[in-house]
Order: sequence, then structure tokens, then C-alpha cells
Amino acid sequence: MAFISEQEYQNLQHRHRKARVFQRCCAAVTWASVFLLAVLLYQVCADGLGWLDWQFFNSFPSRFPDRAGIKSALVGTLWMIALVAVFSIPVGISSALYLEEFAGKGKFAKFVELNISNLSGVPSIVYGILGLAIFVRYFALERSLISGALTMSLLILPTIIIAGREAIRGVPMSIRYAALSLGATRWQTTWAHVLPASFPGIMTGVILALSRAIGETAPLILIGAMTFVAFLPQGPMDSFTALPIQIYNWVSRPQPEFHELAAAGIIVLLVVLLLMNATAIYIRSRTERRLK
Amino acid sequence: MSTMENADLVNDRKKILPPAVLDLKEVSVLYSGKAAVKKVSCQILRNRITAIIGPSGCGKSTLLRSLNRMNDFVDGVTIEGEILFADQNLYGIEVDPVQVRRRIGMVFQKPNPFPKSIYNNIAWGPSINGYTGSMDELVERSLSQAALWDEVKDRLQESALNLSGGQQQRLCIARALAMEPQVLLMDEPCSALDPISTSRIEDLLFELKTHYTIVIVTHNMQQAARISDYTAFMEMGIMIEFGETDQIFTRPNIKRTEEYVTGRFG
Amino acid sequence: MEQLSPIEFPVGKGSNTSIHKAGMRWGEFVIKIWLQVCALISLVTTAAVVVLLLVESVKFFKVVSPLEFFFGTRWVPLLEPSSFGVLPLLWGTMLITIGAAVIALPMGLACAIYLSEYASDKIRAWVKPTLELLAGIPTIVYGYFALTFVTPLLKTFIPNIQVFNALSGAIVVGIMILPMIATLSDNALRSVPISLRQAAYALGATSYEVTTKVVVPAGLSGVMASYLLAISRAIGETMAVTIASGQTPNLSLSMLESIQTMTAYIVQISLGDTPAGSVGYQTLFAVATMLFLITLVLNIISQWILSRFREVYD
Repeated sequence: MAFISEQEYQNLQHRHRKARVFQRCCAAVTWASVFLLAVLLYQVCADGLGWLDWQFFNSFPSRFPDRAGIKSALVGTLWMIALVAVFSIPVGISSALYLEEFAGKGKFAKFVELNISNLSGVPSIVYGILGLAIFVRYFALERSLISGALTMSLLILPTIIIAGREAIRGVPMSIRYAALSLGATRWQTTWAHVLPASFPGIMTGVILALSRAIGETAPLILIGAMTFVAFLPQGPMDSFTALPIQIYNWVSRPQPEFHELAAAGIIVLLVVLLLMNATAIYIRSRTERRLK
Repeated sequence: MSTMENADLVNDRKKILPPAVLDLKEVSVLYSGKAAVKKVSCQILRNRITAIIGPSGCGKSTLLRSLNRMNDFVDGVTIEGEILFADQNLYGIEVDPVQVRRRIGMVFQKPNPFPKSIYNNIAWGPSINGYTGSMDELVERSLSQAALWDEVKDRLQESALNLSGGQQQRLCIARALAMEPQVLLMDEPCSALDPISTSRIEDLLFELKTHYTIVIVTHNMQQAARISDYTAFMEMGIMIEFGETDQIFTRPNIKRTEEYVTGRFG
Repeated sequence: MEQLSPIEFPVGKGSNTSIHKAGMRWGEFVIKIWLQVCALISLVTTAAVVVLLLVESVKFFKVVSPLEFFFGTRWVPLLEPSSFGVLPLLWGTMLITIGAAVIALPMGLACAIYLSEYASDKIRAWVKPTLELLAGIPTIVYGYFALTFVTPLLKTFIPNIQVFNALSGAIVVGIMILPMIATLSDNALRSVPISLRQAAYALGATSYEVTTKVVVPAGLSGVMASYLLAISRAIGETMAVTIASGQTPNLSLSMLESIQTMTAYIVQISLGDTPAGSVGYQTLFAVATMLFLITLVLNIISQWILSRFREVYD
């Protein structure tokens, strides 16, 4: 290059080298994170796959690793998904609707919004303590499925509300104006146009929230979900166990066989989560296609 | 600044005038205390097209939106004066804005069909208002009035979003007409469309005039001159002049009006 | 002048012909009440948490002096002679958090930089979901991973490491919060307008200079907020540290030993059979209140940073 000096050239080369190294570092870190995920999944599968057989799914926990199974925990988790969905979805969506469509921009709305942001950052174990005091003790619901479900619903409510608000906000104002100009009330507009249009976004948020509810262990420990449950819950007032609790119980034991059982339990938990997320993606793509 | 009284017109030109559907008396619209529309008085006559023209920001869209109470959705809006619709003030305490909008319809600048089928776009308004007659008939009638029936009659169940821009706007017109409104308000309905769609819609408005009363806001002076019977010229929130379109465009009374329509500004 | 017929109103639309208000549309009213009640549930939740923690902590501090609690260095609440100095628990939490932060903060930012500045759309399209997957894995899985993989791995390099140790917990919590930092910082960096980058490149800067001297400073508020949120999450993390880092309150500087975090202690108490109402049991609420307050303060600062300093472009 004719128009720069030797010194400038050296300096440029140095800067280019620095840029290349920097880029490679950032890339390496990213790939390392992806690699970590692969290692984690591989580890879990390697340890646990061997224990996944029909007997595992059909047995209750036991002191003997060969006879231990995940039946009560899996059923408990499925019960939890259902109950949490029943409580949290209507309340969450209603809250989001109220805050976005009806509450205006005043001080009260801002206060509620701040409140929800704070709630979403509270550690899950504090929700467990809350659930213990309010549902188990004060409302005397004991250590039942319903106590656990209500506690988990409170935990994931902020997530649903925040995701729901994003989705509702994404519906263009022009749709609302069109409906209102035809002589519709606010609620008719919301029900017939805003909700259907925001449904895919809401669904994604709901599934994300439910996934979190399934994986959380600490609140359930506080509630008193038992660790040795040799029966299936028959109704919402029964005591119960859940996959994360069972996994924790097995991990806490010193024997390596129980650790492998824990890995098997983790595989089941991850599969449940995967199925839920796949359902979400499916529902989302179906409703998005219909809206197009 | 002057407005034309019906009595003067009758005396001067011995014309038989239709009744006034909307009577604006010293109407002001304020956003948080700042006036966007200042003391406008005029009458919208039945079965006529009234155009509101003026430079950007003169308050014409604000005035239009106050005619069907769509301004209610803006924070901090206050209305002064009266807008009489069949001898009732639209902004009276006892008036239900939802009922107002059932009788005074609106078409917006950018076509905004619902993300539903063509059929459901038309049918939704009447159905939530308790329409009990034949919906198929109503849909066909509305689409025919909007000169869209022939183009979509075989694909009523398809999504409205698949239509072209001009077709979507005619769909929005049909949707508004399905409510059988007394007045149809149109906020620059052609500004987002190509010239061919624009002229189709202008032809449409001529036909609609026989059954409906139309108020159209437009920034396109030539459009106002082509299709409207009466024209109002606004600037900075004030209605500078209101009169028959011929007169406004050929022998305006106010100098400012003349400057605008001859293109000296705006 | 000919008399024209008066204006006719449409009949047959089901409603009356005047524009007067219908009798109170009670259906709408009920719906609005329901929506308001739902929104209030979140307020009630916060109030309940605050009241509960406050009331129970007051009960605790009637018996144990706050001075001993906040400045004592021995945490032996359940045995005699009892001692209620919370510093070991606080220190345990801090060890984990600092260790996790040392891993996750720089690495998370590096991931975010790679995703927003260097990665092609194709790569981004599947790396981002992968990171979200990492974020979605339940914490108990990370606890398992720490105990059965990380600790044995560390033992090969550091032979005198204990089975339950702070380092494993810190590493694993770091991995857990990394996706959070990566995603949030990536959003922050992406919201910096391209025009800023173009201006810098046009002055003859390299990508390293543009990224570190223009883009990251421009998106700094978002990055800082993500850091605070992630740290708050690390502090509140329970299962991974309970499983991997042990149940021994410990003030030593070494990360190779077993420690106890505030969260692990809460788990220990609730799994045990300390009678409710006793001082030992009340420690649960005192520690929980501390935890709640720390995370609350961090979250509030994070939101304040976002609202005060968010750079607004055009």
C-alpha cells in the first residue's frame, strides 16, 4: 500500500490480528456452551437409559434400587400439570388482558406492572414458604396436590402475565379501531379479535411457564410433597410426590445405583418437558397459519 | 371566516335542500388542553358527499373522528360545543357511544380487515348487534354495494388478508355498509392505494351517495373537487370556509381558501 | 320549500332505535370485575409474602438479637450451644454467586457478542434455541450434573477436593445463568442501531474496536440489567447448590470445601423435624427474609438501570 507508512501498516496488522482473535474467542465460548449442553444430555442418558424399562414406569419407589420405579412421581407430575394449568391460565390471561386493554396508563397500572416484575424475580423457594403458610396451614389444605398446584400457579403467574401482555401488545391498534368503529364494545373487540390474534404468543408463554412449574423442586419440598409415596393420588386433596422430588430423593442417597435411577428419572422429566414444548410449537404454528 | 346557512342558500338560489344529518355547533376538540379543532360550525346534509380538505395537521381527521366518538379512545381529550344527530347531542351524558358508532360508520386510511375470512369480516358487525335476518343475503348485499361481490363471490371463506390493497379497502367499506349506517365517515380512504383502485372507489362513492351520507377527509384536492357536493376547508383547527364544492373551487369567498385550492401553499 | 321526510332510523337490528345508553350492560360489568380481581391477585401475593416474612421475622428477632444474627460468625441454630450468626450462610451464598458470576458474566457477554455481531443468520437460528434449551433445563438436573460429573472431573485435577464443595456448585450455577445473560445481552446489543456501527466502521475501525468501543457501551444498560438479574437468580438458586455444595455452614475462603447457602439451609430445615414455632424453626423465616430482600433490591436496581439509562435511539 503506497499511501501509508510502515509503522501504520504494522499497527493495522496488529489491530486486525486482535480482531480475529477476539472473534474466535467469542465463537469458541458460544460453541463451548453448546458443547456443555451436549455433554450434560449425554451424561444423563448414559447413566440413566439402562434403567428405563416397563418395570421402572410401573413401580413405586423402594429401598431397593432394582425394585424402585417412577409411577407415583410421574402420575403426580401429570396431576400437577393439569391443576396448575386450570388455575394459572385463566387468571394469568385475565390479568394480562386487564392490564393491557382496560387498565389505562395511570399510576395504578404502573404499580401493578412494577409489582409483577418484582414477583418474577423472587426465588422459587420463597413461593414455597408462602404456599406453606397460606395453603397448607392457613387454608388447612394440608400437603396435598392442590396446595402444590396453587403454590406453583402463584410462582408462574408473573411469567404468564408478562408473556401475555407482550402478545396482546403485538396486536395492531388498527384491528381494534376497525371493530370499535362497527359499534362493538371493548369486551366484544377483545374477545373476538384481540384474544384470537394474540393466542399464539400467549400459548408460548403459557407452555414456558408450565415447563418451569414442572421442573421446580424447592417449592414442593417446602409444601411437603413426600419423598416416599407408594400410592397414586386419587383426587386433588391427596398427598403426592412429583418427578423432581423423586429425583432429588434418589440423588441424595449415597449408593451409585440410586444416582443412576435419578438419571433415569431426569430422562423422563426431560421427555415430559420436550413433549410439552413440542405441543406448544404445534399449537402455535396451527393458530398462526389460521390467522394468516 | 364564514359559514353558509341553509336559509341563505334557499333564499339565494331557491334550491330544495336535504335535511341536515349532523349539525355541528361551535365544536372544539382539545388534546390535554391544546385545541386541535377550534369552534367549527357546519351542517352535513343528507345524501350528499361532504369533503374536508386542508394542509397536514389542520385537524380534519380529528374533526372526523369526533363525529363517531372515536376520539373517546385518546387520553386527555375534551370536546366543547355540540354535535347534533337527529336532535340529540352526540356527547350528551345519556348517550351511549357504542350506539353512536352503530349508526355512524367509519373507513380508515389504511385498510384494516380482520384476519378472518371475507364472509366473517362482513358478518361480524351485524352479528354482535343482534342481526337476525339472513346473513348470506346481507353479506352479498354489502359486497355488491361496495362493488366487490363479483370478484370475491367464489371465495368468501378465504382469508381477507389475501386480497389486494384496493380490494381490502372495498371490503372495509362493505363491512361498514353492512351495519346500514346513517353516515359513512371516510378518513383519506384512498391515500394508501394506487390510482386505479382510487378511481374505482371514487366511482363507488358516487353510487353510494344515493343511499348514504358521506363525509370524506382527503388531502387530495382534485379528489374533493371530483366527487364531493360540499367542501370544507380547514387550517390550524379552524374551518376557514364551507360551501358548495363548485363555489369553493372556482369562486372562493376567503383569500386563504383561494390560496390553498390554487396550490399556493400546502 | 318542499317538506322532506324526517330521517329514518334503521329498524330490525335488534336494539332500540335511540342512541341513549342501554340499561347497564351487566355482562360487561361482571367481566370487568373478574379481570380486575385477577390483576389484583398479583398485588395480594406480594402483600402476603411481605406480611408473612415480616411477622415471622419479628417473632424471631424477639428471641435472637439482630446484632448476633447479622454479625455472628457461627451458625448452629439447632444444636446446643446454639449460635445464630448468619454470616456463614451469607458467605456460602456469596461464594457460589461470585464463582458463578466469574464464569457466566464474561462468557455470557461473549456469547451475546458472537450472536449479535458475528454469527450468520443460519448459525443464529439454531444456536439461540439451543441456549434457550439450556435455560429451560430444571435446576435439579444441574444439581445431578454437578454431583455426578463436575465433582469427579474436578477431583482428577484437584485431588483434595471434597465430595460436596462450593466450586462444583458455582460452576454449575454459572452454566445455568449463562443463557440468561446471553439472551438478554443479545437483545440489548441488537437494539443498538446499525447506523452506529456503520459510522464506526466508516472511520476505519476493526470489528473488535467497533464491538468493544461502540456497540457494547451503547447497549450497556441492557447488559448491566441482565447481569443483575442473573446474579439475583444465582442467589436464589436452591437445588443445584443443595445437592452439590453440601450442608455445612462454613466461613473458609476455600472453594474446595462443603458450604451451606441460605437456600440450602431453608431446604434443610423444612426437611427436618424441628418443631414449628421454635426458635430453630423461625430461623427459616429470618433467612428467607434476608434472601427475599437481597433479590428484591437487585431486581429493583436492575429495573431502575433499564428505565433510567436505556439509550433511546431516534
